[in-house]
Amino acid sequence: MSESFKPADPARRGALKTLAGAAAGAASLPLWARYAGAQSAEPIRIGFQMHATGIGAAYGRWYDRTTRAATSLINEAGGINGRPVEIVTEDDGTDPKRGAEVVEKFANQHNCDVGYGTLFSHVVMGSAPRAGELKMPYFVVSEGHHVASGALNRWTVQPGICDVKSQVLAMAPFVSQTLGKKVTMIFPDYAFGHDHRDFFSEAMAANGGEVIAKLAIPPTETSFTKYFPKIPRETEVIYHVMVGPAVLTFVKEMGEFFGPSRPEIFGFIDSLEAVDLSSPGLEFLEGTYFWEGMPRYAQPDQTPYDAHYRAAVGVDETGASVNDPKDVSTYAHMFGCWETLYVIKAGMEAAGYQGPADRQKLIEAVEAMTDMPHSNEHPQGAKRFNGKTHQVFGPQYISKLEGGRLDVIHTASLEETFYPDEVDYTARSF
Amino acid sequence: MDFGPYLLLASLEGAVTAAVLALMAAGLSLVFGVMRVVNVAHGEFYMLGAVLAWVVASAVGGGPVLGFVAALVVAPLLVGALAAAADVTVLKRLDYDPERTIVATIGLLYILQQLTLMGYGPEARPVAPPFNARLALPWVEWGDAGPQLYWPWGLSITSYKLFVIGAAVAVLAGLWLFMTRTRVGLVMRATQLDGEMAQAFGIPVERVYAGVFGLGAALAALAGVLIVPIQQAHYLMGGEALLLSFIVVIIGGLGSLAGTVIAAVLIGMSDGIISVFFSPTLAKIIATLLVAFVLVFRPRGLMGKAAR
Repeated sequence: MSESFKPADPARRGALKTLAGAAAGAASLPLWARYAGAQSAEPIRIGFQMHATGIGAAYGRWYDRTTRAATSLINEAGGINGRPVEIVTEDDGTDPKRGAEVVEKFANQHNCDVGYGTLFSHVVMGSAPRAGELKMPYFVVSEGHHVASGALNRWTVQPGICDVKSQVLAMAPFVSQTLGKKVTMIFPDYAFGHDHRDFFSEAMAANGGEVIAKLAIPPTETSFTKYFPKIPRETEVIYHVMVGPAVLTFVKEMGEFFGPSRPEIFGFIDSLEAVDLSSPGLEFLEGTYFWEGMPRYAQPDQTPYDAHYRAAVGVDETGASVNDPKDVSTYAHMFGCWETLYVIKAGMEAAGYQGPADRQKLIEAVEAMTDMPHSNEHPQGAKRFNGKTHQVFGPQYISKLEGGRLDVIHTASLEETFYPDEVDYTARSF
Repeated sequence: MDFGPYLLLASLEGAVTAAVLALMAAGLSLVFGVMRVVNVAHGEFYMLGAVLAWVVASAVGGGPVLGFVAALVVAPLLVGALAAAADVTVLKRLDYDPERTIVATIGLLYILQQLTLMGYGPEARPVAPPFNARLALPWVEWGDAGPQLYWPWGLSITSYKLFVIGAAVAVLAGLWLFMTRTRVGLVMRATQLDGEMAQAFGIPVERVYAGVFGLGAALAALAGVLIVPIQQAHYLMGGEALLLSFIVVIIGGLGSLAGTVIAAVLIGMSDGIISVFFSPTLAKIIATLLVAFVLVFRPRGLMGKAAR
């Protein structure tokens, strides 16, 4: 404390009056001035590594909107530890090399307290080591298994979105019991796709099914028909997960390839994030199934938390922007930004975070977290954080596309997404 | 899938790639042939064609046919006009100096790309094809009772893809007639052979340059409009297209329309077939290797004329 105690003033009553007046006045002050009572009125600076350009730009745009919505709510409610939150945005071009530079900028130029917000797994892989070297907490909102696999470091955590391994573990029982035993997988040929390939193949085998063909497609590919003949004729289920700007072409050409005689199709909504389901060429997806991280269409049993979150971000009940029904969100992923920001808030409050000197305390506080109840702060569902693996677990949804909208037909519980720990980050040094 | 139907499918896919590539590379080749300008922004004109097709088709409304036809007319014209304006305001001021125009067109590339990102956004947006019937294709099989027709699983093409192949052939034939049979084409060829001499004979070389640059860009934009019902308009789509166009133009011979078409068919088909039977990476490796061989053993390209 910089102020020292003063002896009691004889005119206490007058002082109290003044104080009351000042409090009333403070309520009418602009937002920044209200934080003057905190030990430091300096904002908490969160470096937001945004895929503003490059192949992740559609995700980046919605990650940005979600981040802004959550930040303004946090600030309206008094900020973190009495200090306002400021988001410092840097574009990483969805590029790993640039990602590492952005992390460096956050730490050394912008004086950010933490780095946050990276989605694409190759960018996470490129950036996280630098965050570790700079000893800056790095909150990723990716989906890759790289955090929980132990490939990264003590400074990198993923507390807002589940990883691919837990997602596919929860999907395999449904696919093998409801859709079919013989599966052909189509996935992008890099880390994220390989996670799908490896974990889903294992999970299918454990559930009495079999992956009979694996089609890896280069991430920059723009035409897909030439790959489809590799799909074996006896395939009962197609499992597809594609990302990037060509996803719509992929789905459309798959429809044209199969024509009227398609197998069952199960896809990760990643193949159609930010894509309007009424786009021409998608008619054939009618009756197919999708994994969703969070249901894009508001469900009949919508929780008040989902309603609150939708309204704050500006998304209507079909998952599109309230301003433009053609501007479809990345609803199955962007909740991760919202929840991560609230985890940062909770972690900083638990650690009594004051500045970069407390970064280690912040990581320890996050590692100590366990259950996160279904709430406005965690609108996707109740979660459990594993401090050892730095990874959060939550429910997963399977929706069927019918009548041009996705409706949830199966919810995989939290417990179905667990798997044995592969790493104990808490045993590693800072 | 059996080998025969598989090969047919791969060839059809390759033909669509070749058709679009030929249109685009013809524009690049024309610009280089006449102006000696290596237009690095060519891919962005292709992207602009696709993006404008989306803009026009959504603005027009009234069904996919009307929207698509409007886009087919409006987008190349707009992009051509933009390119001609860029020629007059930028390239002309650099006196068409080969090195400086490369730098200038790189700048143009980024300006166009980022303006599109700012105005149109990062999404990949589709344009409805005017028609898109799925045509299942038959295959012949020799059974006990002689040749039999059957419909293999998955062997099909859409009517729109056939239209793209046909449209590209028609436009390229039209371009060839335009260059060889019209007065404007004659003027362009004269400028290509010897710009100074052409000027001495009273040919307005500067206007020819602006026209050629516009025409080249319009061809790229047309390719963009044709591809957008198959793929989607996205602000980064120009990069890969530019790379393939350069490969085609180098193999075919800069400035040679026939060479460009031959090389486009070669690259498009090999991309389709090699990536089906082996891997897409191998297709790219072979294309790049081919470029290296052409540069070493036949620097003027397959059909290019030796420098005089």
